[in-house]
Amino acid sequence: MIEIKDLHKSYQMGSNSLHVLKGIDFNVEAGELVAIMGSSGSGKSTLLNILGMLDVADSGEYLLDGLPIKNLNETKAANYRNKFLGFIFQSFNLINYKTALENVALPLYYQGVGRKERQEKALKYLEQVGLKEWSHHLPSELSGGQKQRVAVARAMAAEPKVLLADELTGALDSTTSYEIMDLIQKINDLGNTILVVTHEDDIAHMCKRIVHLKDGVIVEDKKIEQVRASQYVQ
Amino acid sequence: MFNRDRWKEILEVLTKNWFRTVLTAFGVFWGILILIILLAAGKGLENGIRSDFDNIATNTMFIWTRSTTKAYDGLPKDRDFNFKIRDVSLLRENFPQLRFISPRNQLGGFQGTNNVVRGIRTGAYNVYGDYPEFIEQEPMMITRGRFVNHNDIEEKRKVAVIGQGVVRELYDPGETILGSYIKIQGVNFVVVGTYRKSSNDGNGEESQKQIFVPFTAFSQAFNRADNVGWMAITAKDETSITSMKEDIVSFLKGQHRVHPEDQRAIGYFDLFEQFNRVESLFGAMRFIAYFVGILVLLSGIIGVSNIMLIVVKERTKEIGIRRALGEDPWSIRKQILLESIFLTLISGMAGISVGALFIYGINAILDMNGPVDMFANPSVNLGVIMIALTILIISGLFAGFIPAQSAIRVKPIDALRTE
Ligand SMILES: Nc1ncnc2c1ncn2[C@@H]1O[C@H](COP(=O)(O)OP(=O)(O)OP(=O)(O)O)[C@@H](O)[C@H]1O
Ligand SMILES: [Mg+2]
Repeated sequence: MIEIKDLHKSYQMGSNSLHVLKGIDFNVEAGELVAIMGSSGSGKSTLLNILGMLDVADSGEYLLDGLPIKNLNETKAANYRNKFLGFIFQSFNLINYKTALENVALPLYYQGVGRKERQEKALKYLEQVGLKEWSHHLPSELSGGQKQRVAVARAMAAEPKVLLADELTGALDSTTSYEIMDLIQKINDLGNTILVVTHEDDIAHMCKRIVHLKDGVIVEDKKIEQVRASQYVQ
Repeated sequence: MFNRDRWKEILEVLTKNWFRTVLTAFGVFWGILILIILLAAGKGLENGIRSDFDNIATNTMFIWTRSTTKAYDGLPKDRDFNFKIRDVSLLRENFPQLRFISPRNQLGGFQGTNNVVRGIRTGAYNVYGDYPEFIEQEPMMITRGRFVNHNDIEEKRKVAVIGQGVVRELYDPGETILGSYIKIQGVNFVVVGTYRKSSNDGNGEESQKQIFVPFTAFSQAFNRADNVGWMAITAKDETSITSMKEDIVSFLKGQHRVHPEDQRAIGYFDLFEQFNRVESLFGAMRFIAYFVGILVLLSGIIGVSNIMLIVVKERTKEIGIRRALGEDPWSIRKQILLESIFLTLISGMAGISVGALFIYGINAILDMNGPVDMFANPSVNLGVIMIALTILIISGLFAGFIPAQSAIRVKPIDALRTE
């Protein structure tokens, strides 16, 4: 699903240049649930942003489902993001003047899906994350866990090939984190490919594979026995 | 572009900060209001002045004789001479582009001695000897009877057409006017008609106190022989009198053996040129109205642009999220442009409405208090409103352009990182 070869990225800061990714080689098959770990500043977010086409690498190859991602203009990139990728952020990033339902429907709107179908689909995904009754509430009326569920529903709405989550439990307490991870695991069970950036061990162990980044290179990449989150959730 | 979600979002964004939106809208509102009011005021002035020229044949010149200032053809300088009745037919033969040539003679005058007597009443009036065509050149409303006609001219009938002002001074209310006699410098004339002129010009009173008699009867009664006091000459519509006046003057100089270079011997007044001068004044007024109005509008537009920039800045994160979710940059640009156009258009239409209301009010006041000198019926036509709306849409587009650009200039990742 994802193939990257010899990926490099550095940030230019005045006259200094910070080499963050120093040659990443990395493949993800369809249906995998991968945790990306590493200390702060090791380049996890940078990698995820490049995978998400929010940022571009300096050099290296990137194939998404066989499609080369290179020299995309902004329109094309937006189109690919919309069709292939779903994002879940640490800070939820819901649009605050839109209701939960409208937020979830947004990716579908950008796809040009009609109003009625859009709302039906969005409601279906909200139901999946257990927030059907909250569909007409604004983000400000939801708890952190509820907001992140809305964000998960939104990321799912366009039925992307890959879900990318950066510290999706970073702003949540552990119980709520497990609830969200339970959700992620269930989505993964349906066959979705998911990448999760985290620095929490317990969260990482709820995935099926852990990739360790250190100083811009992958130092460890192992498959693990998945811990089901459901056992921590009533 | 006109789908429901887009409009919903535009309204959401603009109503999120009511106070700011209204304040911004006010700049555009004010600009368009000033434009409309200035244009209407200009139109009012134009209508007022135009009604002075109302129905008058403007393609007209007046021409008269003075004494010569140069000796010529064996004749001395300082010679007095007169146009003759024969000049009229010569002009008619030589200048087929002319429509009317009215020779005129005049007696008495404003604040002169009393020259008209009826019974025990007397008055001082302008008395003119005229041809029937004259009424085409200076229209008046015949309120009773008729104007001078060709039979009057042929038979040199001693008939008179008198103004409302004359009627008021020489007759008791209810008295029979037609058929009565008035004595002009000792000569009896029978009244065959009365007139009223539309009075919008300054000397409205005076223009109602004139007496018109047949040119031929005038000449005979007051011993003018075949002399002509002055002429009112109107050209046909295709030719402007201004372009012909030089030729007419030199033709008449030839007829009366006046030195071709003698500038004083023949005097004239070109009404058409005067009229055109006023026309170009109207043009200048319109120009000033647009100039000032558009400048004020421009400052309003800059305000809109400024606010849109701030809005975009505030929404940087949101725009980042939307781009991460896959919104096309064009769609974002369109959204910002539509917001800007919508805001300008709404405030502009409010300005137009208030302007229209204001003009309506002024008209109502004018109607109530009667006509005012040189100002009548201020208005703007639909064309101007259309122009204003077009200007608004274009300005909204311009106002939104820079903010729209800045909205998508930021990379999505940087937009997401802002707080
Ligand atoms: N836009 C940027 N400009 C300059 N330097 C940057 C930029 N983004 C990230 N960096 C630097 O690159 C390095 C890697 O950043 P990155 O955000 O990928 O780390 P991370 O692994 O996600 O860390 P954390 O766990 O704290 O989120 C850091 O040293 C950071 O300071
Ligand atoms: Mg990070």
